[in-house]
Amino acid sequence: MGVTVSDSGLMEVDTSLCMHCGACVGTCPRNSIFLNEVIITFDDSCNQCGLCVRVCPIGAIDKPEGAE
Amino acid sequence: MTLEYDVVIVGAGPAGSITAKFAAENGASVLMIEKRQEIGSPVRCGEGIARYWIESVGIPLDKKWIAYEVEGAKIVSPNGTEFCIDERHAGEEVGTVIERDLFDKALARHAAKAGAEIMLKSTVVGLLKDNGKVTGVRVDQMGKRFDVKAGCVVGADGFESQVGRWGGIDTTLKAKDITTCFQYRMTDINPDPNYCEFILGTEAPGGYVWVFPKGKDTANVGLGMQLSKVREKGDPKKYLDMYIESDERFKNGKILDMVCGAVSISAPLDQTVTDGLILVGDAARMIDAITGGGIANACRAGKVAGEVLAKCVKEKDFSAERLQEYEKGWRAQIEERLYRDWMAKEKLVTLSNETFDKIIATLAEVGVEKLNVYNILKVIEAKHPELVEEFADLL
Repeated sequence: MGVTVSDSGLMEVDTSLCMHCGACVGTCPRNSIFLNEVIITFDDSCNQCGLCVRVCPIGAIDKPEGAE
Repeated sequence: MTLEYDVVIVGAGPAGSITAKFAAENGASVLMIEKRQEIGSPVRCGEGIARYWIESVGIPLDKKWIAYEVEGAKIVSPNGTEFCIDERHAGEEVGTVIERDLFDKALARHAAKAGAEIMLKSTVVGLLKDNGKVTGVRVDQMGKRFDVKAGCVVGADGFESQVGRWGGIDTTLKAKDITTCFQYRMTDINPDPNYCEFILGTEAPGGYVWVFPKGKDTANVGLGMQLSKVREKGDPKKYLDMYIESDERFKNGKILDMVCGAVSISAPLDQTVTDGLILVGDAARMIDAITGGGIANACRAGKVAGEVLAKCVKEKDFSAERLQEYEKGWRAQIEERLYRDWMAKEKLVTLSNETFDKIIATLAEVGVEKLNVYNILKVIEAKHPELVEEFADLL
């Protein structure tokens, strides 16, 4: 298997799980997440609050290893 | 390349298409922009809607997008007590189970027939502004980037809405006001073919499990839970898998489709218009906080939006002041119920399984003429006044 985790540096999205539903986009308190049909990106305004990790119905998002 | 329209709508779901239809029908030039390559797909919906409100937003019922029809709603308490109610009295989500992808395409066709233009696989990446007024959108379309000027931009971009926030309208939600959902369309199962089923209790913390039949042996089986009750990542799918495991009817089930997403279960926004911009549907947080249903309200608000925008075009005035007619119009139709159901939701999510058992048993015994918060509380008050003490402000 190839790499399935795309690392934005701020948050990690497991692209083998992500169903591009936009739950994280609407939940993000800082409007830091952008979903271009099937590509999720986090911009620098993300403060790693972790709400997107919890709202994702399938568990595709996580903080990078080592992040608090 | 710079295009120009009276009205540019971001999102081709029900809110966008109904707004487009009524604006175009009344003389506005309209462009509807959708980021997906196909309208209505992939589906993100439980697909239950009532029959009675559809024609009031100018859309004839059409067998093409109706998958199945049910007699009513069945509400199941944690100990298995059932309360059934006829579809005519069961609220806005019960009566038909639709093919949502075909439904969305049908609405878009109505918009197109009225004269609206549609652009697919086109992502709005930002708003154009002039002196604080929204004047259009910036679009990415298959490798091209261009601007579209608009008298008014309509944010109909759903739960994930960014248009409102880009335009300075605060649509941020608290965790307690978000439900996160997972659903399978399952076949080779035994749903009750007569009812859309709502199953309450701690299997779906702060939410419910739904079983909406799409045929005798096929149903949408989904679960929504309050975000503030999520403990570990991926909980919605885990809780749904556990529920399905526990219910004999799904023993041989095979999965035809997986759906995920989130909905707001919040109070209505204080503001849905600003200079050159309005929000409609889920983007404006118009979802009912108890059922999580949003299509009826999106369509009602879309009709008001389209009609008001067509007037604004004639007067060449898209100021926040002029757009108050939309703000007041949608609130007159749905705000009171949205607010009351949100207040009731705030209490419902705190109830124990035992309390749900008592409430459902009372409803099953006494019955209720029409399913709404007020009627339910009245019935319970007569029998178990202690159960509704906390809801006194809603009575």
